[in-house]
Amino acid sequence: MSTHPEEVLRLDGITKRFGELTANDAVSFSLAKGEVVALLGENGAGKTTLMNILFGQYTADNGTVSVFGKTLPPGNPRAALDAGVGMVHQHFTLADNMTVQENITLGTRPLFSGRLDRKAARQRIVELSERFHLAVSPDAKVGSLSVGERQRVEILKALYRDVRILILDEPTAVLTPQETDDLFATLRQAIANGLSIIFISHKLHEVMAIADRVVVLRHGKMVDGVAIKDTDKTALAALMMGAEATPPSVAPANPGATLMELRDVTTRDIGNAPGLKSVSLALRSGQIIGLAGVSGNGQAAMAEIVGGQRKPADGSLALAGEDITKWTPRTAVQNGIARIPEDRHKTGTIADFDLTENAILERYNDAPFSRGGWLDWRKSHRFASEIIEKYDVRCPGPDTTIRLLSGGNMQKLILGRVLEAAPQIILANQPVRGLDIGAVNYVHSQLLEARNRGAAVLLISEDLDEIMGLADVIYVIAEGRLSPTFARGEKTPAELGLWMAGQGFDEPVREEGGHHAS
Amino acid sequence: MDIIEILFTASFWAAAIRIATPLILATMGELICERAGVLNLGIEGIMVVGAFAGWMAVYSGTGLWVGVAVAFAVGMVFGLLHSTLTVPFGLSQHVVGLGVTLLATSATYYAYRLALPEVTSPPKIAAFQPYEVPLLSEIPFVGEALFAQTPFTYFAFLLVAAVAIVLYRTPLGLAVRAVGENPSAVAAQGLSVTAIRMGAVIVGSGFMAMGGAFLTMSAFDSFFFEMVNGRGWICIALVVFGSWRPGKALLGAVLFAAFDALQIRVQQTEIGAEIPYQIFLMMPYILSILALVVMSRRAEVPAALMVPFNKGER
Repeated sequence: MSTHPEEVLRLDGITKRFGELTANDAVSFSLAKGEVVALLGENGAGKTTLMNILFGQYTADNGTVSVFGKTLPPGNPRAALDAGVGMVHQHFTLADNMTVQENITLGTRPLFSGRLDRKAARQRIVELSERFHLAVSPDAKVGSLSVGERQRVEILKALYRDVRILILDEPTAVLTPQETDDLFATLRQAIANGLSIIFISHKLHEVMAIADRVVVLRHGKMVDGVAIKDTDKTALAALMMGAEATPPSVAPANPGATLMELRDVTTRDIGNAPGLKSVSLALRSGQIIGLAGVSGNGQAAMAEIVGGQRKPADGSLALAGEDITKWTPRTAVQNGIARIPEDRHKTGTIADFDLTENAILERYNDAPFSRGGWLDWRKSHRFASEIIEKYDVRCPGPDTTIRLLSGGNMQKLILGRVLEAAPQIILANQPVRGLDIGAVNYVHSQLLEARNRGAAVLLISEDLDEIMGLADVIYVIAEGRLSPTFARGEKTPAELGLWMAGQGFDEPVREEGGHHAS
Repeated sequence: MDIIEILFTASFWAAAIRIATPLILATMGELICERAGVLNLGIEGIMVVGAFAGWMAVYSGTGLWVGVAVAFAVGMVFGLLHSTLTVPFGLSQHVVGLGVTLLATSATYYAYRLALPEVTSPPKIAAFQPYEVPLLSEIPFVGEALFAQTPFTYFAFLLVAAVAIVLYRTPLGLAVRAVGENPSAVAAQGLSVTAIRMGAVIVGSGFMAMGGAFLTMSAFDSFFFEMVNGRGWICIALVVFGSWRPGKALLGAVLFAAFDALQIRVQQTEIGAEIPYQIFLMMPYILSILALVVMSRRAEVPAALMVPFNKGER
């Protein structure tokens, strides 16, 4: 990919305001045929807004979008589609109860054009999925597909319409590393077929891997547009953050007493998700315990056991030496277990509640938020305001509906909610998934601070870099079995990867339970 | 005559089909609305207004099918009202639906008094007459039960087929189903969620009105207050019973009507005379509830049913 002569898309001086907030401030850039332009920026930098304007879902206050030299009428997705622009949204726009084929062909023929030509449509879908390596069955119900497969359907939807320009909004946020590689192979195939791609991301290594050129947005403004060959990760991070982004430095741990202990805990499998298989684990004060593993290998069971949502089928739990096998989420919270849930939208917050209500969600029934059965809104409000200030939650105020916050700010509120209670045990399940670098560093530094003041932190993550950077001791979980303890730096990523793939668990399961933490 | 014997008479099934027809028509209407994601509780009132409009049109001198068309058109007007409030304005579908039912019912009685201020008993019209389909009506049993009905009933059965074909075989039907499953998916494909939903509610309301019109133009030949008598609510249950599928909903309507026809006949048997007749009146409803409990276990509710779509919301 040397020169790209033919310009297929041009954004000219796009400005969009939402009330006080300027989401896009005079952004201009162009895209050439067969080119991949990455749109890089933190959450809230205005990337998605810009693409929604391009795709006609929002109307810009100023500026124009032109495709193949023709200006698009504003606010009309139909016109964008007809001009050959396709978009794969971050939150998929698929109907779960309908088949893949139905989702793909929806709206591709005039509504009153008589019968659907299902045979021809099916043939075309099969052909496209072969050509672009997007394996998915046309007859499968979308609801039964994995996230990676759903994304393939979204891409097929665009390809089926013969789009010339494909916009992908944070496509890798929900994918495993393997699926990401597959996606990149598909995208390269698409480029070879003459498509142009806008790739929205905040992951630097992916941008470096796939893009020809990168456009960096910060607070709605375009700060730079550079060719990938003329830049590197550090420079891009600096452009994106506005300053050098440095991960928090990790001081040596100073582990203390065992706070919580799992002894030979076994739980039942639920559907495809394996339960724990005779797992023993000690959470010690002043230590970050990292739990590495591929998604769906028993992490959910582990998190629910510690959080009190699930009871062991066999084995026991102890908190400071006292048996707590039969506890509930409520007693867990009351006993100082802080839970940062895996899915902040589904189990971490209530979308239509405001920040105050979400801040007291776990302790609304305890002093000082409740007294004699009455909620004390003034104290709750003050508590939420304190979190907002202390944890830098960017929002209009404690009365804002939490749904309106970006993922990073939502996570900061959850952090504040659990850390303000000075918990002894912190269960951090995928605490930085989907967050940008600034927010990641912030969350990590808060977890380290909690460790340094003597809390035990159980860090569950699918991101091995995160585990290796942060955890003082590392366990690997595979098929519900727990590996022996590894000290920081004891194993290379490749060695841990083998454990994650289930190797090394040769000994019988009983033996796995044998190594109580040192 | 015992119950088993009743079930094997063709006249019993002919009655069941006749009783089922208004339910079939209105159930198709409700099904279209719900498939597009809008619960239309205006159904009861729209059936009342349809019963009146069709009958009044024929009484004023139009042909029977013109009367049916008038009922359809009046139903669409109330559908327009319902969908304007629930789709672009996104108001509560429960409140709007009940409001439409109250408004349509009262407006009908008002119009009745306005049109016929003097009468004590409502005038009769020359209603649809049974038409024996050549050849088919000569099939023993089935012919008498199915093919000696009025043309309006045949229309209802054709409508079920038409609704099924449109829903599952055309781009329009695909869009209607998709808009009830995930409106964002429809918007992202460049279609108008508002137009598709409003269209579905308007057309669906037209069919509900036709269901009402069957009562005054085919089942009976006159208009009475309270004649719809909760049939609209039964149709809402039938849509659930049918798991939002036209064929199954048709089956449900015939089943319910068969219970209804049965209880009338059982009342006249020897045992029936011993038992208070109210028990028999309850029977179809009790059996429907039981059937509903069994059938709706596996029902696939349209995912976006009763969820308003606001463009550009986060």
